[in-house]
Amino acid sequence: MAMTATAGHAHADPHHIGVVIEHPGPAPKRIVTAYGFWVFLLSDIVMFSCFFAAYAVLVDQTAGGPKGAEIFEQRNVAIETVCLLLSSFTCGMASIAADVRNRFWFYLGMTVTCVLGLIFLAIEFKEFADLIARGYGPSRSAFLTAFFSLVGCHGLHVSAGVLWLLTMMAQVFAKGFRADVLRRMMCFALFWHALDIIWVGVFSVVYLLGSGV
Amino acid sequence: MSDQTHTHVEHDIAPGDEEQHSVGERILGYVVGLGLALLLTATSFFIAGTDLVWQPSIPVALIVLAIAQMGVHLVFFLHITTGPDNTNNVLALAFGLLVVFLVVGGTVWIMAHLNQNMPPMDQIMPMRR
Repeated sequence: MAMTATAGHAHADPHHIGVVIEHPGPAPKRIVTAYGFWVFLLSDIVMFSCFFAAYAVLVDQTAGGPKGAEIFEQRNVAIETVCLLLSSFTCGMASIAADVRNRFWFYLGMTVTCVLGLIFLAIEFKEFADLIARGYGPSRSAFLTAFFSLVGCHGLHVSAGVLWLLTMMAQVFAKGFRADVLRRMMCFALFWHALDIIWVGVFSVVYLLGSGV
Repeated sequence: MSDQTHTHVEHDIAPGDEEQHSVGERILGYVVGLGLALLLTATSFFIAGTDLVWQPSIPVALIVLAIAQMGVHLVFFLHITTGPDNTNNVLALAFGLLVVFLVVGGTVWIMAHLNQNMPPMDQIMPMRR
């Protein structure tokens, strides 16, 4: 009796460790989609780490131009940081509202997230425009090239995130909380939270370390 | 019959998804995360501009605070846990972090030692003839 039982489960228990696992079949699409997007986000973080590495190498190569401490304004960076942090929170509220299919709180959360993201982008754009107007554009020194490419790359991601956010609001408006729309909403929330994580690195390494040392 | 035990494997949890919680508990999680992140951010900005602490410790403190805040974001916003249903997500994250440390650490290490490993310029110039 024991023999036949062991033989019958041989394929599931090749090393005879006594535990037979009943495979539940392929994972639901929500898990597969989110996991794939998670791997994409990690590769995006690896790409950002290259920009961080370039910045760390080039931070002292100012070629007679301004150093970080001379051009960074901590008050603006603090406002940007709070905006992005609050938008991450409201994005979380919107994804909870999407899960319980509450349209009002979903639209409210997404609108606040969008406004906070736009305030962030406006402050960053103004900072870049001021620097270029003073002659401190990306071509001034290797340090400024690395600074503009790192912070600008993050800003481009936020811009793409705002466009994606508006698309999600339009899709919920047109199609309702369908399963595919909810999957996209989950990926958007992951993307937005990951951008906030990268911004933690940017404001710590670029702005705070740069203005202190 | 035999000592075999049948265990039913539940599916993993998607990154960003939580285990079954009520709406109130989920909102509370985000509120706690927001509070911790705001606290760490305020500390970072305070430390960067203060004269109260030993100055050479400031860069280390800023980096430690940044890593702590990234951890808070991962746990409270992205819901990465150490549970068995999260193993795939954590392993992917661990591999990503490995590559990040190799890229950043390797670049900084190599570039910082580049100058002293090069022969001086007056020795290079005759070699190029």
